Amino acid sequence: MIREIEVKELTQQIRNMCIEVNYCLSEDMVCAMKEAADQEQGQLGKKVLQQLKENLEIAQKEQIPICQDTGMAVIFLEVGQDVHFTGGDLGQAVDEGVRQGYADGYLRKSVVGDPLVRENTKDNTPAVLHTSIVPGNQVRITVAPKGFGSENMSRIVMLKPAQGVEGVKEAILSAVREAGPNACPPLVVGVGIGGTFEKAAILAKQALTRPVGESAKAAHIRSLEEEMLEKVNALGIGPGGLGGNMTALAVNINTYATHIAGLPVAVNLCCHVNRHVKKVI
Amino acid sequence: MEYRITTPLDKSVVEKLTAGDYVWISGVIYTARDAAHKRMQEALDRGERLPVDWKDNIIYYMGPSPAREGRVIGSAGPTTSSRMDPYTPRLLDMGLGGMIGKGKRSAQVSEAIVRNGAVYFAAVGGAGALLSKQIKKAEVVAYGDLGTEAIRRLEVEDFPVIVVIDKDGNDLYKNNGKI
Repeated sequence: MIREIEVKELTQQIRNMCIEVNYCLSEDMVCAMKEAADQEQGQLGKKVLQQLKENLEIAQKEQIPICQDTGMAVIFLEVGQDVHFTGGDLGQAVDEGVRQGYADGYLRKSVVGDPLVRENTKDNTPAVLHTSIVPGNQVRITVAPKGFGSENMSRIVMLKPAQGVEGVKEAILSAVREAGPNACPPLVVGVGIGGTFEKAAILAKQALTRPVGESAKAAHIRSLEEEMLEKVNALGIGPGGLGGNMTALAVNINTYATHIAGLPVAVNLCCHVNRHVKKVI
Repeated sequence: MEYRITTPLDKSVVEKLTAGDYVWISGVIYTARDAAHKRMQEALDRGERLPVDWKDNIIYYMGPSPAREGRVIGSAGPTTSSRMDPYTPRLLDMGLGGMIGKGKRSAQVSEAIVRNGAVYFAAVGGAGALLSKQIKKAEVVAYGDLGTEAIRRLEVEDFPVIVVIDKDGNDLYKNNGKI
């Protein structure tokens, strides 16, 4: 059965989700930050985590965004193939949700309309919208505003198959090492392995929206996640880059089939304000 | 060591600050980030005066979120300093006393800090709600059309920072927080 959904419902949901996610981290992130504070050994690192804990409390209680960089709005829509959108243009409805959310939520407008002319659009639109068609008659919305301190330290490399898993490990480690304090550790490290140039990047972004603490399904990827978290934390960068054993809260790796000649690897770093919220309508 | 200091930055104060020291700043500091730096550079290239005399002042690399009604400012944490690196030595040579941001600086900035006896502080990145509580007054003083990127004059009380690069060029990040 075809199910009709009015696009204004998407607008409303996205408005609310943009606001919610900028004031209140998801449960997985809150837990991970608490655990990090318990496990941190570095003296300065401990102090930073204590300030970040207070920051989260103040943000929620006093309604001040967790971070002033309330991000560029990255939105994933997984649309059931039996859904028919009515009442307007889907892309415009999504942008309207972002526009309302960033205005009503006192969120920073951080988007420039042309990357070279660089004039602020003043309403944080357009969003970066990724849509996919899936079975069913529901729509799964993910809102993941992305700050650019960490986005700027992200990278994609096109490895040769012969470089194998060791090449992947070095790509992850060197990205985190070079980011150092710039990406606001403790980080969540999103990794995409496989696909094509653009697919790897999207996989890495999606990996950041996977709850911290939820491991990859395939056993060899799960063990790679664990190994890389250990290695990243052994770098000693620590919270705020001031030293410590909590450089990352998680390494989330997503994979996809790739070409016989290639091994694309994308490393998308996210700061400790790793915002992601999902909703199914 | 820990210090409470007030602006403008006195050279005798900068003299005693060492990488790794905790510092609480009170007084007036100014915000400027990417677009304001670019505009200042263009103004200098045209031989014009800058909207703020930077001598012994502190620039905070920050673009706030909007203030709610009745509040001074929104979330107000530091942005990544390295994007300002291409513009910074020139301002330091004009007497800029210090900077607050987060993350690494270029060798050129580090050299200009030493050459001018300045200081680079870091505030905790991503702690914008917490840091906003120490800002008691905020007003746009230049480039208002830049929105969040305008130059703002802030009055701060006990604004918490750590010395990352001191006047001798010691860099706290180089060795993961150890000096």
